[in-house]
Amino acid sequence: MRIGDYARKRLHILSFLFAVFAMLAVPQAGFAQEPAAAQVSADATAADATAPAEASTDGYTPLGPDMIKGQPHPGAITFQKQYSPNGEYALWMHDAVLLPIITAIVIFVLILLLVVMARYNKRANPVASKTSHNTLIEVIWTGLPVLILVIIAVPSITLLSRQYKSAPKDALTIKVTGYQWYWGYTYPDNGGFEVISNMMPDEEAVEKGLPPQLAVDHRMVVPVGEPIRLQTTGADVIHSFSVPSLWFKLDAVPGRLNEKEFYVEEPGIYYGQCSELCGARHGYMPISVEAVPRPQFEAWVRSQGGTVGGDADAGESATTTPLIAPDSAIEGAPAAGPEPDPATPDTDV
Amino acid sequence: MATTADTFQAHTEEHHHDADHKPAFFARWFMSTNHKDIGTLYLIFAIFAGVIGGAISGLMREELREPGIQILGTVAMWLNGGTAVDFDQQLHLWNVLITAHGMIMVFFLVMPAMIGGFGNWFVPLMIGAPDMAFPRMNNVSFWLTVAGFTSLMISPFMPGGTGNGAGTGWTVYAPLSTSGSQGPAVDFAIFSLHLAGAASIMGAINFITTIFNMRAPGMTLHKMPLFVWSVLVTAFLLLLALPVLAAAITMLITDRNFGTTFFDPAGGGDPILYQHLFWFFGHPEVYIMILPGFGMISQIVSTFSKKPVFGYLGMAYAMVAIGVVGFIVWAHHMYTVGLDVNTKMYFTAATMVIAVPTGIKIFSWIATMWGGSLEFKSPMVWALGFIFLFTVGGVTGVVLANGGIDDNLHDTYYVVAHFHYVLSLGAVTSLFAGFYYWFPKMSGRMHSELLAHIHFWVFFIGVNLIFFPMHFLGMDGMPRRIPDYTPAFTYWNHLATVGYEIMAVSVVIFFINIIYAFVAGKKAPANYWGEGATTLEWSLSSPPPFHQFETLPVIEDHHSADNHIGPAPAHA
Repeated sequence: MRIGDYARKRLHILSFLFAVFAMLAVPQAGFAQEPAAAQVSADATAADATAPAEASTDGYTPLGPDMIKGQPHPGAITFQKQYSPNGEYALWMHDAVLLPIITAIVIFVLILLLVVMARYNKRANPVASKTSHNTLIEVIWTGLPVLILVIIAVPSITLLSRQYKSAPKDALTIKVTGYQWYWGYTYPDNGGFEVISNMMPDEEAVEKGLPPQLAVDHRMVVPVGEPIRLQTTGADVIHSFSVPSLWFKLDAVPGRLNEKEFYVEEPGIYYGQCSELCGARHGYMPISVEAVPRPQFEAWVRSQGGTVGGDADAGESATTTPLIAPDSAIEGAPAAGPEPDPATPDTDV
Repeated sequence: MATTADTFQAHTEEHHHDADHKPAFFARWFMSTNHKDIGTLYLIFAIFAGVIGGAISGLMREELREPGIQILGTVAMWLNGGTAVDFDQQLHLWNVLITAHGMIMVFFLVMPAMIGGFGNWFVPLMIGAPDMAFPRMNNVSFWLTVAGFTSLMISPFMPGGTGNGAGTGWTVYAPLSTSGSQGPAVDFAIFSLHLAGAASIMGAINFITTIFNMRAPGMTLHKMPLFVWSVLVTAFLLLLALPVLAAAITMLITDRNFGTTFFDPAGGGDPILYQHLFWFFGHPEVYIMILPGFGMISQIVSTFSKKPVFGYLGMAYAMVAIGVVGFIVWAHHMYTVGLDVNTKMYFTAATMVIAVPTGIKIFSWIATMWGGSLEFKSPMVWALGFIFLFTVGGVTGVVLANGGIDDNLHDTYYVVAHFHYVLSLGAVTSLFAGFYYWFPKMSGRMHSELLAHIHFWVFFIGVNLIFFPMHFLGMDGMPRRIPDYTPAFTYWNHLATVGYEIMAVSVVIFFINIIYAFVAGKKAPANYWGEGATTLEWSLSSPPPFHQFETLPVIEDHHSADNHIGPAPAHA
């Protein structure tokens, strides 16, 4: 019966853990509001950082390396800091629910193994018992994991339903197309121009103070603090659009249009990489999202030849001429691929 | 004639018996119908394939030691017969390496070793059968596996699109594997899976028939050793899952070569359909790789605790439950493809359920040891290592089961860490445990316990150094399957490469130990593990006679599921 006693002792700890998690689960609802408050201060800092952009005559200057927010850190042992409401919720779920539970389980099993090795080795216990059944303990170690899983399931299902909330009807739509091996960002609400984004050569990135292998020549620029309808599709094979600091990953599948709400809370630069094996240069198609306040975003749209709201006429030229020629980021390599036809990709969305 | 197992043991100890007439070399090893010889062939083949697959992972770790492309150019040039290749072809080689590593380790190391090797050797011995039910089909299974491996080895030297070889990943996702990879390399890789799959289906039929029909008198299903249970469940998984793989990859072949459009949206097909079919096979496949390991660990833990397995029926039916639930969780490999929210919720919940039977197994092993009289012989040390490492790999599975969390972790190094903890550290550790447990039984020679212990510790430190930092890399956002990375990922990658070097040393120790056993190893007695070893294979000499159990052993009423060879209790 020593096992039973031991398990019952553990049971107390687990019921305590359960209580802790229950308490932690209560403030879930608060998470939705919190980012809005953070937004205000974030906007203020962004205004400073992007001040020169407004001053420039062309209307837009890309953010500099000082605005990099979402990127990997040397020797990091956890997730990148999150800059979207769902990302914060998911990170909370991992850090406050999953990680403590799995750490506790591993330590529990390790302790049991060590205890067994110390107490029941040949020298300490020369004669083995013949116990081979104990219904109570078997019920406990079946029931307890079920309980733990139910505890995990609550925030897990909540997170899923939050991630599947569609963007509002009037939200800005951006269509992401994966090509071998670069990204195309189309803005159907802004005249339908497509920005082609290739990896920046390492030397150039280092020179500009940007992280090599993550920096790109043309970033995907988005307005900050508003829900965006992000759609992904693949032009040739499956790619995957991923931004770890926004807890966002959506496959770009040929013949499919996947859609998900995309939200950035703070102005800044957020890096990601293609996350589905897509051929030779799969490792060389990074994603760079530049989030800026709405006025800067509109200035950027105009600088790309796109339109904003009323000025619909100016958009005509954008749909007929490619704005940025696709160009390989890799020295000595052939061109990145056939130029996407700017007239087709967005009209039938 | 009702003879008990103990009288039988005396009988087989006469070595020069008619049953021990072995065929000549070629007939014995190339036309074999003997389950033990075929098992040996499978094990030798698996070790050979494992060395190749392990060497490939060495190239990969060396390339990932630091940012930039280091050795791919040299390796590509070498494979190309000395001519330098362009940059894209070097990158393509990376994809060829990851594809070959995955396919070799899954189809030509773990499966042949677990099922073909230990399954063939010990299922008939443990159930008291003279051989497998279909000895010739058994031979066909083995040689088809070899043919499959040959096809896979030809693939890297054939054109495969950007460069030579199949660069599709072991999952062979369409359309990268169809319109995205011109040339016969991918066809060779797919054909390799066809052959290996056909071999496994035949093996599964063989095991199911053997286990259902050829158990010794008195050995009911509920008296079978847990290793036999594990192989039985595995055989059913193989039988149900592999035909689906065969269908999926046949459709790939016709899409590639005969103008069909099963997976091409331009012709009304769907690339996601391939993923559903592949993972309907692929998820049971991971249990196929680990269940026989569960069985071996149960035997070993019980033997060295000198105690019957705790909760025998719970253990057996936990494996059945894992097998059944394993078929209805496949889409957790596809959380980011654009699944419906309800689908994702279902697969999240169903996937987490698997933690329950797995937990039952972990706790039952510990309970088996509880109250026991543990002897830390080499198989037991490996088994203890297995329980811990598998627990670590299992709990990260619970994290990944959450569809919402997977939106960040999908296809990152966290996933790589998870499945290497359950396979490279779980399944492979159980293989080594089983190897040290049964090697003297198979070879008749004792290995060095000291070397086996050193092997364990060097391996344990090495693999943890390789794979634990990968959790950190994954959480920090490093994607899988990339040959080069931003400098921020350098620290942990460098450590992982150092870990690989340590692990490689442990493999050398393993081979030294085998050589030692054959050159200087002591002759192994019939039951070299002592009173805890109570299944039928311990009633036979080491190695067992060429044909065993010509007179069937009888499992008497006083024999329990855990003891098939003990004498009747004195007071009975």
